Amino acid sequence: MNETAPVQSQGFYAEEMTISVGPQHPSTHGVLRFVVKTDGEVINEAIPDVGYLHRSIEKIGEKVTWHGYVPYTDRADYLAAMFANQVFCMAAEKLAGTEVTRRGEFCRVIACELNRIASHLISVGTFGQDIGAMTPFVHALRERETINNLMEEICGARLTYNYIRIGGVGYDILPETCTRITEFLDHFEPIVDEFNRLLSNNKIFIERLAGVAVISKEDAFSYNLVGPNLRGCGIKWDIRRDIPYSVYPELEFEVPVGTGQVGTLGDSYDRYWVRIRELQESCKILRQCLKMFPKGPAIAKVPRKFKPPVGECYARVEAPRGDMGFYVVSDGSEYPYRVRIRTGSFTAMSIIDKLSKGIMVADLIALIGSLDVDAPEIDR
Amino acid sequence: MEVQEIYQQLEKQFPGKVGEFKGDVPEPYCTVSPEAIVEISRFLRDDPNLKFEVLSDLTALDWPKEEKIQVVYHLYSYSNKSQIVLKVDLPRDNSKIPTLEGVWKVANWFEREVFDLFGVIFEGHSDLRRIMLPEDWVGHPLRKDYVEEEEYDGISTQRAPLVEKLLR
Amino acid sequence: MQAYIDQLIRDGYFAGMPKEVVYAVAMVLAAFIVLSVFVAPLAGVTSWLERRVWARMQSRVGPNRVGPQGILQWLADGIKNLLKEDLIPSAADAKLFSLAPYVVFVGFLCAFVVIPFGSQLIVADLNIGILYILAVTSLVVVGILMAGWSSNNKWSLLGGMRSAAQIVSYEIPAGLSILTIVFLAGTMSMQGIIKAQGWAPWDWFLFNNPFTFAAFFLYFTAALAEGNRTPFDIPEAESELVAGYVTEYSGMRFLFFFFAEWGNLYVIGAVATTLFLGGWQVPPVTSDPILLGVLQFVVFFLKAYLWVFIAMWVRATLPRVRVDQLMALCWKYMVPLSFLCLLGTICWMLVFPKGNQIFSVAMFVLGLLIVAYFFKRVVFQIRHARPELYFKPHI
Repeated sequence: MNETAPVQSQGFYAEEMTISVGPQHPSTHGVLRFVVKTDGEVINEAIPDVGYLHRSIEKIGEKVTWHGYVPYTDRADYLAAMFANQVFCMAAEKLAGTEVTRRGEFCRVIACELNRIASHLISVGTFGQDIGAMTPFVHALRERETINNLMEEICGARLTYNYIRIGGVGYDILPETCTRITEFLDHFEPIVDEFNRLLSNNKIFIERLAGVAVISKEDAFSYNLVGPNLRGCGIKWDIRRDIPYSVYPELEFEVPVGTGQVGTLGDSYDRYWVRIRELQESCKILRQCLKMFPKGPAIAKVPRKFKPPVGECYARVEAPRGDMGFYVVSDGSEYPYRVRIRTGSFTAMSIIDKLSKGIMVADLIALIGSLDVDAPEIDR
Repeated sequence: MEVQEIYQQLEKQFPGKVGEFKGDVPEPYCTVSPEAIVEISRFLRDDPNLKFEVLSDLTALDWPKEEKIQVVYHLYSYSNKSQIVLKVDLPRDNSKIPTLEGVWKVANWFEREVFDLFGVIFEGHSDLRRIMLPEDWVGHPLRKDYVEEEEYDGISTQRAPLVEKLLR
Repeated sequence: MQAYIDQLIRDGYFAGMPKEVVYAVAMVLAAFIVLSVFVAPLAGVTSWLERRVWARMQSRVGPNRVGPQGILQWLADGIKNLLKEDLIPSAADAKLFSLAPYVVFVGFLCAFVVIPFGSQLIVADLNIGILYILAVTSLVVVGILMAGWSSNNKWSLLGGMRSAAQIVSYEIPAGLSILTIVFLAGTMSMQGIIKAQGWAPWDWFLFNNPFTFAAFFLYFTAALAEGNRTPFDIPEAESELVAGYVTEYSGMRFLFFFFAEWGNLYVIGAVATTLFLGGWQVPPVTSDPILLGVLQFVVFFLKAYLWVFIAMWVRATLPRVRVDQLMALCWKYMVPLSFLCLLGTICWMLVFPKGNQIFSVAMFVLGLLIVAYFFKRVVFQIRHARPELYFKPHI
């Protein structure tokens, strides 16, 4: 009576699960999306889907004047707005042959290095949070808050600075501000050590990152990784040192590269560690700049109707997310003919597809964090 | 190595496929023909003296007056610290060019972006989809003659003048 | 408590009522009293404390508005969540979805039945007390799995799967560590285990022998993992799985999960105190039963809360491990080590059937030295980092 039909042997099979990571997800650092195909916890494929933050900054560039475009460059990467300012102004100056005043150059470097510290703090802090450590994030933001205060003193804005103008900088850095920057550096340098004790040297943290998502040198070239991601692969390349611009040739600083100290060369920890070391290098640069700070005007005389001659030029700076390039074309009018922004996050994002095969879901989060991709910078 | 020399070497290697060279501008560039772009790039990458390891940037310029779209390649050599700009002229109405994906992987995304915003078709590309804009977007916005559609998916793209908006 | 009710029945208070009804009513009443007077405020205050402790460690302020120092924040949160809409996703399995929080909640609440707050303050001193705790807290995994599956959300499913694997695995080292104490005490009754220890630290099972010392930390680690606490909070891993098995929950049901988590913290501390730290044992300073009861309660509570605090501290400090590392830690290290502790304790009992007082005192002194060294390091680090600058509003 209670006879049941024999269980049909279907064979063991597992289905691939498709998960949509993002656009709203705690650790995609903005509005990103990955279509992830997983076999349980192991990722078979993670296809990045970008464009949610596309604001057509390049198209806007064709409709506003050269001076008027500077505030828009802020929005390309709002965590490191100063660099986009600088590289656009550098491109414009190169086209028009404008000389930047010496004090202006120093102001630029000081503001940029402060901004680099702020950006790297966000990067390493959120990275810690991605790995699950909540405290380092708040500590990093606490320090960044001080930098924001300093930035407010320097240029009146805390996030989108619009500080660097064609020919120099908008406002001079006052001596009181210089004192405060020195105070901040005195405070901040031990904090980096504390941060290392709290997070970087943590056994769990190292275990999570060592040997995860290793990028080879060939891949780094082929995918054109830049900045800390490139240096994390052991390639000593820093635009500040190798294609010198501004006053960087006069300054002494090291270019930290990944060494594979905890795992394989080019793993997630190396990329993280390069950023931590760069924090210290930026402090060094800042101290030198404050010591060498010359007197003089902060901005050169630039005509209000800025009309560079017909031509084109490509300028690059070492932004926190690597080589940021502006390709500007002028047709001799008040408006740029074309502005092209080439950012580090865009190329870093394109490598995730390749690296994500066979890693776990938690590693994908670590990978995104270690590449320090920034959604507004990808989509522009 | 000077850009001039690189250009001469290219001309020797690929006769007839390398066009004019402009050296007296901030960024010297040379024009190449579309069908030769892959082999020229591969040569520039693999030549032991040139060693252009990376494709720094790939973008396009729209010149409606000259009826052409220029695809611009910025190549950079970390070994020699030198840069070269390659330009390829394409017709505006039927712009097709072979993909560089086989030479530099990063070209995949750069080319998708150029396809999205300029409508240049990269032949042989593995995944030529729109990248920035939605799949169902009409037109290629970075072309100079692009006119925004009145609405997208039922959402108006027109902005009322400020005064009217305030009066309403 | 049963004795007390029997006494009342004998005195004729419940004349004409069947004994079973009296028992049932007494049980429900006791459960209600424990829940409303102790568990709910405890979990609530723990949630507030965790947020405050966490905030201070992160140089923030934390909730400080509702009541003095924000201590009533949990009431405000509770009321807010009670008033919220009870959302059930249309694709979810509504019955299981609604039931899951209660299963989790019951799982942790039942543990309070055998937790001794004093020599007299215990709901029921079951002779299988510690086994009972292991059994009922396993209900939590059923609840989490139900929540994960019924939400019909892939994140929840992953969270539920992770949780099941994790809790089931970590039951083993936790159980083995507890077993060492059961061997030493010769009983599974919670009161019996406490009575087998003394008030002095060297009479605690923690310092009984090196193996129990190790077993304590194994137990604490495994208990953290069972309680889904950082660094083992992978089932709800916020940055990976959005919120894991609670992704789809809102309002009071959501709160129940966290109610259980914070209450569970206290259970972890209480079990650790009972097993290793001498429970409510106090020095014989008074013979007044009421005063003694209060003293015992305070001592037990403080000892248990020390470990709650340490769990908060750990959560503020450590990152999260990965799933495979979590499993490797359990099966490759903690299970063999806890077996070793068990064997070692048995051998120790064979060599020293009456225990070894000198060794215990030495262990205690060693423990004190470790704590002293730790505090020295903390003070050094605080000096080194110059915290006075943290709170300077404008550098």
